[in-house]
Order: sequence, then structure tokens, then C-alpha cells
Amino acid sequence: MFHIFCPHCGEYREEEEFHAKGEAHIARPLDPDACSDEEWGEFLYFRKNPRGIHHELWVHAAGCRKFFNITRNTQTYEILEVYKLGETPSVVAE
Amino acid sequence: MQHYSGFGLLKHSLTHHENWQRVWRNPTPKKKYDVIIVGGGGHGLATAYYLAKEFGVTNVAVIEKGFLGGGNTARNTTIVRSNYLWDEAAHLYEHAMQLWEGLSQELNYNVMFSQRGCMNLGHTLQDMRDIERRVNANRLNGIDGEVLDAKQVQEIVPVLDCSEHARYPVMGASWQPRAGVARHDAVAWGYARGADAHGVDLIQQTEVEDLIVEDGTVVGVKTARYGEIRADRVGCVVAGNSSVLANMAGFKLPLESHPLQALVSEPIKPILDTVVMSNHVHGYASQSDKGDLVIGAGIDGYNGYGQRGSFPTIEHTIQAIVEMFPVFSRVRMNRQWGGIVDTCPDACPIISETPVKNLFFNCGWGTGGFKATPGSGHVFAASLAKGEMHELAKPFSMFRFHNGALVDEHGAAGVAH
Repeated sequence: MFHIFCPHCGEYREEEEFHAKGEAHIARPLDPDACSDEEWGEFLYFRKNPRGIHHELWVHAAGCRKFFNITRNTQTYEILEVYKLGETPSVVAE
Repeated sequence: MQHYSGFGLLKHSLTHHENWQRVWRNPTPKKKYDVIIVGGGGHGLATAYYLAKEFGVTNVAVIEKGFLGGGNTARNTTIVRSNYLWDEAAHLYEHAMQLWEGLSQELNYNVMFSQRGCMNLGHTLQDMRDIERRVNANRLNGIDGEVLDAKQVQEIVPVLDCSEHARYPVMGASWQPRAGVARHDAVAWGYARGADAHGVDLIQQTEVEDLIVEDGTVVGVKTARYGEIRADRVGCVVAGNSSVLANMAGFKLPLESHPLQALVSEPIKPILDTVVMSNHVHGYASQSDKGDLVIGAGIDGYNGYGQRGSFPTIEHTIQAIVEMFPVFSRVRMNRQWGGIVDTCPDACPIISETPVKNLFFNCGWGTGGFKATPGSGHVFAASLAKGEMHELAKPFSMFRFHNGALVDEHGAAGVAH
């Protein structure tokens, strides 16, 4: 069970209030019509899925309903950092 | 290979069962193989077995970081069925089903395949429409299936709450009589024994640390224990760790690895003689020959490689089971565990060539790979032997996520398929 600090609420809440929404920092191509099938497919479906440090998007679904990012170790499940959208993570994989 | 039989059992009882042959060798790997299979789970071992037995490629090594069948093969809920909606998926899973039906004889190893039927419950009008559509599609593909109404469901499973007072009343179900369960460990062991007998080297306790890629072609693997082992072709069958291996070879896969949990109860007297699944309340249960209820549900929402899940998921699972079977409300759970499943965006597997030449991946089975073990191994072996994909595997190329030809099986996959 995770105890997650919501940077918007400023409080720790239980995992059940949140939903994981997958890999963070995936930028939508600026001009989708100019994308090749490969580029568009990569954007839609292909993921890093690392074993180790992972940046992921979460939403405080049963709380403030705002999105934020978590840096988490997918092997140990340790939460290393919580930061708002648009911010740069300070903990990154080597 | 020592042939197993009733007579053999009798013969060995005279020497107090102390002279049974070892089931497989524990060899030191050679420097070079025709084919290396990374991953010694059910699918990897089945691939090795069919490569050696059916396609004549015997210079094969299976490299496993732990012990054989110790990953998801040991962690699944053993359900076997083939009632998938789309032709591509239905053909693949039905291919597996037909191999299941003769598997114990084929392997001379009792995989305890029990065709006790599988029921997918419908609780809403839309559930029932989907069920009718899927059953009709199944029948057109020659796969057995029936649509049952609530009364017929109640006749087959008396302990199921089919009353109108249930929170989500059962309206009916799809029913595949040929579906059932099999002994998961025996499948891995049977294939391992068969592969070993045909000359395949099973290399355990050996983690692949890197894939050796030269000029865009894979030429072998690097292991901590035995250094470099070369091969003409490499097949990766590593489930939850597929993305990690793809990363070694320098490409990404459309996969995310999630923990999937299961539970078993204390052993109780026979009460449930079929498999009951419900997408709507999101849980499923069967009863093992030992008497314990085998229970499962959905994945944890976040990515994870830790082979354990979170408590809220267990709570939701149990809620679903008690909703369906109020009579189980006081049964105590014995064990709970998690496996790491590699989920694909369309709930279908990837059996595919990759951007690296001679490197093949069989992955993305997500929450429902066990049922496909023989078919997956068979088509992957055919593909590895010829260097081009088997006809049944072609629709499951990883490049379908570029051209958009997805095979959306979220409906038939349902609650952790």
C-alpha cells in the first residue's frame, strides 16, 4: 500500500485515492499530421517500462482530481519524489 | 528418457522409489547454439520442446535466471479456454486448446488437464449482448460455446448467487464446455523433461545480462555465470521482463509490466466443479483438485517488477468473490502472491520479429498467457526454426502498433484472462 504525498493537497493520502496513469513526460507530437506511422505508433503505444527508476503520471482521483508526477522505483516500489506537472524531476536514472 | 507408466510405478515401488532417473540434466552450456531461448517458463520450455521434437532443431539452450517454471508459470490461476472474439486470437488460442487436449499423452507427463468448463457471467444487458456476439463468433470459428440464461447458470453452479436480490444480478453467461484448468507446474516440468530428452540444454540460475548485437544482428547473449554464449537466433520469452531485454537490444516495446495477484483459500470439500469468471464484478474462482479455491482478479494499476501487489486490489477481489458466492464469505485465505505480467495495449500477445535481425520476442501475454502455453510454444518454435513468422503468429507482430492493425481482445480478456 502506497502512502502518496499529493503536491496539490499538501498531504499524504492512501493509494486508493489515486490512479496511476502511466509514463510521464510523453509529449504529443506538435504536428500529428506530419508524423510517420512509426512516430505516431511510438507516441501512442511504445513505453520505456523500466525496471528501476520510473517517472509516472498519477491523478488524485478521489481527492483534488489534479494530476502530478511521481518518481518511483518499480523494483522496490519506493517513492523517491513527487512533483507537479511542468516541473523537472531531480531524481533521475543514470 | 524414462517412460512413465503404471507398470513403472509398480516396478519402482519394489526399490522404494529410490532409483527414478533424474527428470532432466543440469548441463554446462556450450559456446554456441543454433537457437537460444531466454526464459525457462512454460512458453519458453514449450518452444524448446517443439523446436527439438517437431522442427528438428536440437542444438538449443534455454537460459533461465531462476529455476524452471518459477515465474508466472508458477503464479497463474491455471485457467485454459479459447473463447476469444476475433479470428486471429481465436485461431491462436484454439490451436493451443487442441494441443492441450493431447498434451499429457504427448509429453508422457500428467498435466492434469481437466475440461470442467468455463463460465463468463453477464450482469447487464450489454454484457449479454457482448456474450452473444462472442459466442456466435466462437461458433463460426469452430470453437464450442453456448449462451446460458440465469436458470441454466444456477443449475451448473448451485452455490452461485443468481437471485434477483444480488447487487448485480446474474442475467446469464457464456459457457465453453471444453475449457478448464491444468496443473501449471506440471506443464513446465513436462515440457522441460521432453525438451531435455530431445537434447535441449536447460541452463538454470543463469541471468542474461546483455544481448550481443553486431551490425543490427543478434549473435548471442552475455551471462554473468558463463560469459558469452553465441547463437544464430535468439528468442526472448521473459514475460514481465520483456521491456528490460528489449532495452538491452536498443528498442522499445508497447508493453507495461504490472503486478497481478492471486489467492488460494484453505482446502475445502468439493463445492465448485467449474471455472466462474465475471468481468462485471471483476473476479473469478475455481477449485483445485486439492480443494482450495483459486481466486484472481485484475492487475494493480501502476507499473511494477516487485512480484507483489497492493492490499486494495486483494480487497476488491474478495468483494467480487463474496458478491458472487456469499457462501464463501467465511472461507479463510491461505496464501496470496503476485506475478509480473507484461500487458499489451490491445490485450493480445506479441509474437514477432524485432528491429534486430535474428532476434525474436514472444511476450505481451499480459494476464492470460498460461492457457496459450502449448500453442504459443508451437508457433514460436516454428517461427524460430524457419526464421520467419508462423501463419498464426503473423497478426501478432509488434509492428501492428505502427500500422494500426490491433486485435482488440479486451472484451474476451475481461477480468484478467
